[in-house]
Amino acid sequence: MTLSNRHEEQAFYDFTVPALRPWSHVVKKGQILRIVDLEGCQAVDTLFYSAADPSERYSAQDTALAQGSPYVTAGTKLISNEGNVMAVVISDTAGSHDTSAGACSAEANTVRFGHETRYMHSCRDNFVLELAKHGMSKRDIVSNINFFMNVPVEEDGTLAIVDGVSRPGDYVEIRAEMDVLCVISNCPQVNNPCNAFNPTPVRTLIWEA
Amino acid sequence: MAEASRSEKYTGPYAAQQERYYRLFGGAKAKARDFSEATGNPAALDEGLIRSRETVPGGWAHALPLARGETLRVVNTQGTPGVSLLLYNAKDKSERFNAGDTVKIQWNARLSRGRVLFSDMGRVLASITDDTYGRNDALTGGSSRTTNAARYGDASLRNTRDNFILLASKHGLDKRDIPPCLTLFAPVGVDGAGRFRWEGEDAAPGDYVDLRAELDLLVFVSNAPHPLAPGFYEPKDIDLLVWKSPPPPADDFCRTATEEAIRGFENNARYLAALGEE
Repeated sequence: MTLSNRHEEQAFYDFTVPALRPWSHVVKKGQILRIVDLEGCQAVDTLFYSAADPSERYSAQDTALAQGSPYVTAGTKLISNEGNVMAVVISDTAGSHDTSAGACSAEANTVRFGHETRYMHSCRDNFVLELAKHGMSKRDIVSNINFFMNVPVEEDGTLAIVDGVSRPGDYVEIRAEMDVLCVISNCPQVNNPCNAFNPTPVRTLIWEA
Repeated sequence: MAEASRSEKYTGPYAAQQERYYRLFGGAKAKARDFSEATGNPAALDEGLIRSRETVPGGWAHALPLARGETLRVVNTQGTPGVSLLLYNAKDKSERFNAGDTVKIQWNARLSRGRVLFSDMGRVLASITDDTYGRNDALTGGSSRTTNAARYGDASLRNTRDNFILLASKHGLDKRDIPPCLTLFAPVGVDGAGRFRWEGEDAAPGDYVDLRAELDLLVFVSNAPHPLAPGFYEPKDIDLLVWKSPPPPADDFCRTATEEAIRGFENNARYLAALGEE
């Protein structure tokens, strides 16, 4: 666990993302974004794009490769598809976050849980709608970080989304190393335990450098 | 503590979803078929079955169309450590291989014989009908200028990232269309401490992977070493064979091994029916 000493009242931006909803904001180089899991066990699907050139974006595989581990935590450098450091996780009270399993989608839900889940809201649909505000589309969605989502990869390759480990008030802080567009889907999934079968709001705060 | 009934164990508005999830989670472990039962394909293919053959030199890349029902055999003729792939639906290239969905849907990052490769649309792009080596990686991706600079001290060496950019540009796509990839012949595992490691010997000359197309595909192949492969940068030639594989039987292993594969192929059937291509 890596704690922060920043004070909430000094943040110049403070917004509560309602349950199920997307969010996006540009975080400038040096600024610090905090994502707070207000009620605990709430997955926050997160992508980063270079604000100057959105064709440069977060790469889950390069990030995992660079740090030698599939889990995001304090100290993890978030690497772009161009091999640049987009941001660094500087504080983390939860301990481990997934970046292997990607976002939920209505289409994948039908395969994972049954065809009766086709008409349910999903992170992919949140991402599409939020990215559309910035001139992007489905093809711009790549594997994301799932903050506060627990997906251990076992030695035999077994992988499962298991019960969340975050408690109410847990947070991560991310320092931007370039101007980035951060796009979030506050995960609406209710077919697995990633949100404890109870999607809840999360809070985003940004501090100046 | 007395045994709780399911209705007592799961509560709240999504109790039914909770019950289903833990049933599926248990079933994925208990009911999946033994993947060693997947029998594979003949090592020697009748020449009459082979539609195309391409030798891709070490470091280079190749794109090829693969019609539904055909099989791409990636032959590691000289034991090169890693061949990276991307797969697109030829009819709508916004539908493409999705590494995250492929591992989470199948509850497993070990993608080998008997497993399938999912697109972002809940459909099966390809089935791994044979895999003589048995280890492929979808967690750490392919090489790039950055990884080659770090690994070999030379950013100018040919790499998967640039190979995919080149192939994308020649098929009406661009670097925005390059998602996380699959790397064959790459024994990447996660140890008990959560660290990646290269597990065991490299592929041997002659090892091959068969991918049967389940939709009409465009396939990108980058013959550049996996960034975690030990040793010097010495990519070696591979052969790509496209062969006319037999139609899958009703009890085809890849199509029936798991509940998830069955549902994925149900989605393929809906899609093909809508296209009038049943």
